[in-house]
Order: sequence, then structure tokens, then C-alpha cells
Amino acid sequence: MSQFLQQLINGLALGSIYALIALGYTMVYGVLRFINFAHSDVLMLGAFAAYFLNPSIERTFGPQSIPGALLVVLLSALICAALGILIEILAYRPLRNRPKLTVLITAIGVSLFIEYTCQHRSVFRAETRPFPNLFPSRDFQWLGLAVNSNDLVVLAATAVLLTALWFIVQRTKTGTAMRAVAFNPQAAALMGININRVISFTFGLGSALAAIAGILYALKARGIEPLMGVTPGLRAFTAAVLGGIGNLPGAALGGFVLGALETFAGGIPAISNYRDGIAFALLILILLFRPAGLLGKPQTEKV
Amino acid sequence: MTHLGAKRFLIAAIAAAAAVSAFSSSFNSYFLSVAIDVGVNIILAVSLNLINGHTGQFSLGHAGFMAVGGYTAAVCTLRLSPLIPPELQPALFLFALLAGGLLAAAAGLIVGVPSLRLRGDYLAVVTLGFGEIIRVLLQNSEFVGAASGLKGIAKLTTLGWTFGLAAITVYVIASLVNSTYGRGFIAVNDDEVAASAMGINPTRYKVVAFVIGAFFAGVAGGLYAHHKQFLSPTGFDFMKSIDIVVMVILGGMGRTAGVIIAAVLLTVLPEYLRSSFADVRMIVYALLIIGLMMARPQGLFTLGPRKAKSA
Repeated sequence: MSQFLQQLINGLALGSIYALIALGYTMVYGVLRFINFAHSDVLMLGAFAAYFLNPSIERTFGPQSIPGALLVVLLSALICAALGILIEILAYRPLRNRPKLTVLITAIGVSLFIEYTCQHRSVFRAETRPFPNLFPSRDFQWLGLAVNSNDLVVLAATAVLLTALWFIVQRTKTGTAMRAVAFNPQAAALMGININRVISFTFGLGSALAAIAGILYALKARGIEPLMGVTPGLRAFTAAVLGGIGNLPGAALGGFVLGALETFAGGIPAISNYRDGIAFALLILILLFRPAGLLGKPQTEKV
Repeated sequence: MTHLGAKRFLIAAIAAAAAVSAFSSSFNSYFLSVAIDVGVNIILAVSLNLINGHTGQFSLGHAGFMAVGGYTAAVCTLRLSPLIPPELQPALFLFALLAGGLLAAAAGLIVGVPSLRLRGDYLAVVTLGFGEIIRVLLQNSEFVGAASGLKGIAKLTTLGWTFGLAAITVYVIASLVNSTYGRGFIAVNDDEVAASAMGINPTRYKVVAFVIGAFFAGVAGGLYAHHKQFLSPTGFDFMKSIDIVVMVILGGMGRTAGVIIAAVLLTVLPEYLRSSFADVRMIVYALLIIGLMMARPQGLFTLGPRKAKSA
């Protein structure tokens, strides 16, 4: 039983990181109907931003101070939000009315560009760097469970961010505009919504979430490198599809399901080596029975 | 391309490949190796074009089929070659390639079945997941060397085998799509509802496209295995599938001639960049993809009979 609870906590911590990344994929899909492959690289850039910001902020606030760590996270999120908006303006906006496949391939191109540029020897190089512990790290023993404070930070951050996101999307004017653009861009434009501004905002929001997720992922993995975003990015993309792409609660649910599955599969010795495959196998099974994802609405085709 | 012309092309191409292959020992071994890469990539791109281009089913798992074929063929020659007299070795190679192709086709059937219900991004994710599952299975199979890879594969792939099979692939897929039966693939791509109203069974066409595409990808995998003489599961990851998809899109979806030119270009270009801008070649490659998508989204070469689809 305690083993089960232990795995559940680990799974939730991993799943919440996937959920944060998956939300970025699904929001962009909602407004622009394509998969932003460069999202996983924004995540990596977020972790690198924190890595480079941390020393100067530690000098002011002292090592592992909570206000300092929050400032690092906030600044990295802002940097990545700006980067996400820039990527959209430079690479995706010129292709706004082109077939979706064109945009998809461009997104793959952008992703490759960021990855290879960052691996270049005059940028970040291809090596792994140790990621500093931003928050004071402790292990708690409680009812036979070992919980690291970083896991608690991850869970708390996700809870706050999901609530904030829900508030932005459901209760603010910009959020309403986002939902309107996702529902019908032409009609939204006719109602006086500035579509370009809404799309920029969506990219900014998604990229900020990705940056925070990247920092949390780096805290767990304890190291960063230019390709660190690829694996969590692929998982989160799977999570977004699993939940029903374009559906925000679905993306969060998909992330938690995938994180829990990966952790539980990793905890069973007989199948632990296959855990990467098991997540995908289950995804295929679920899509066989619910082709539009867990929470997605099946679309009827109009002739 | 009329049917008679296509057959002449096929015979001429195979004869040319065999003739060039006979002299291959006098070529620079680096150029020879790049030439074989070109042939393998032509087979991969043309076979993926049947699934992605002609039939319009966006697949991101072509490297998975290639892996199935490559590993099967390699295991065949590794295990059977000591049991067989030397004069039958070429026949064994052919058998291994066919076995690889058939097993990959079986995998294509397994992937084709979910495609009955899924479309667009969902299908892309399922094929991507399938490719990853294959990779994880290979990584954990001691039988094929697990994560450290399969070593000591005989060097059996020659220029003749590669381009002969590339010519057969092009011929089979081009004449299939141009046949009365094959028009169905294009109909499914253009409008599934209208196609089924005309009595075409979209499900069947999709599965057939996956099976045939996977078969040739498996053959290409076998050639690749006996060319590189080493297989590693990481060589068949998501990025390999993306490389093939980029060839198809640059060549123009559903345009066989364009896809062949793109496969040649995208194999030779990185090799060319390797010599002049070694450390930025992949950055240049990425910028090229973005630039081409902005300038010529319909593909670099709008050759071949396929008309552009609006939207």
C-alpha cells in the first residue's frame, strides 16, 4: 500500500510536468489547429534561462532563497513567453492561411533549428550541465513515504498554475477571446476580436507554462542539455492527444494519466524497461475506443 | 508515363544499375556509400509517398517499418548464412530482404487497422507511438543485441541491389497509383466521403497503402542493414521518420518524380555541407526546411501528374 502511494506521488509529480507542457500544445492547437513541435524546445530554453539567471539572482537574494527562486522562474517564463511570441510572428504568421501540413513541417524545421543551434559549440554545446537546486531541498519521511521537497514544489506549482490558467481562460476578457478564436476564427474576427493579438497571447501563455515546466523537469532530472525537451515534449504531446487535442482539461488529465502510467510501469521490474513503449501502447488502445481522445468531442463530418 | 514506357524504364533502370554495379569496385568508396544511401532513401521516400502523399494518411512511423525490415533481414543473413553454400548467398540476401519486407508489411497491417478510425493528428500520433514501441522492443531484445545494437552484418548491399530495388519500388508504386484500382488512393485523399459514395472502400485503400508502403520500407531497411553492417535502435527513432517525411513534402506530396529528386537532394546536400560547413550543416538544413516551406509549400518540384489540391 505504501509502495502504491509512493508511486502515486512520484507519478503525480511527473504527470503534472507533462500536464503543464501538454497545455501549451493543446492551446496552440485550439487557436491555430497545428502541432507546435518547437514547444519542446521552448521548454529547454526555459531551463537554460533559469540556469543562466540563477547565479546573479543568488548573489542578491542568497542561495536557495524562495523569493529568489520565484524570481528566477518568473523571469525565465517571461523570456520564454517573448520567445514563443517571436517564433509565432517570424515562422508561423506568414503561413497563417496555408495548408496545415505546411505549418507542421515549418514547426519541425523551427524545432530542429533551435536544437541544432543550441548544440553548436559557441552556444550551449551538446554536453549535460548540472542544474542548480533553486529551492531548499529536503527529504520528508511521512507514514513510510519518502517525499522530496522538489516533488512538493512541482505539485504546488502545478496546482497554482492550473487554477490561474482556468481563471484566465474562463473569467477574463482575453480568455473569452481565446475561446472565441478557437471556436470560430472568422466569426471572432467579425466580432471585433484582434486575432493576431489573441494568437500572440496564446503562444506567450503556452511558452511561459513550458518554461516553468522545463525548470521543474530540470529540478527533477538535475541536469540540462539542448535535447532535454525532446522526451518530455513527446510525452506531453501524447498526453494532449490522449486527453483530446484542443481540450484544456483533457490535456491536464492526459498528462497525469501518462505520468502515473510511466511511473507505475517503471516500478514493476518485469516491465520497467518497456515503460516508454507501454505509454504509447495504452495511448493507441485508448484512441481505438475513443478516437477523439478521453475528453474530446467526436466530430461529425459534414459533406 | 504510359504503361509500356514504365516497363521500359524499369528494365532500363535495372540494367543500368547492374552495369554500374559491375564497375563499382573502381569508384571512390565514399561516393559509393553516399550513392547507396541515396538509393535507400529513394525507396523510403517513394514508399512513404504512397501513404502520406497519394492516400493522404499522415504517418510519422516510417522508421519503425524500416527497423522491422532491417532487423529481420539482418537476423536472417546472420543466422542462415553459415548453413548455406556460398553460391546461394545472393539468393539468401534476396530471401532476407523479402522476409524483412513481409514482416514490415505485417507491421503495416497492424498500424493500418487503427487508421480506420483515426484521422489527421490522431493518426500521426498513433504511427509515431508505433515507431517508438518498435524502438523500445528492439532496445530490450537481447536476441538482436538490445541497446548496444546488432553487429557483424555481412556487407551484401551493392549499387546494383539498391538501385535495382529502387527502380522496382518506383515502378510498382507508380503503376499502382496510375492503375484503375490505384485511382482509389487519390480519391480517398481528395475526399473520403465522396470516394465512399462512389463505391470506394476508404478503409481498404488505407490499409493497402500502409501494407505496401511498409513492405518497401522493410526492404529499404534490409538494404540499409547490409550497407552499414550495424544496426542500433536509436538509428530508427522519431528523427529518422521526420527525415523521410521532409523528403516527401519537399518533393511534393503525391508526386513520385519530385519525391525522388528530393530524396537525392536531401541525401547529397548534408554530405556536401559536411565538407564545407561541418559544424553548422544541420542548422543550415533546418533553415532550408523553414525557407522552403515559406517559399514553395507545394514542394520543390511540381513534377508528375498529380494536381495540387486546394486548401
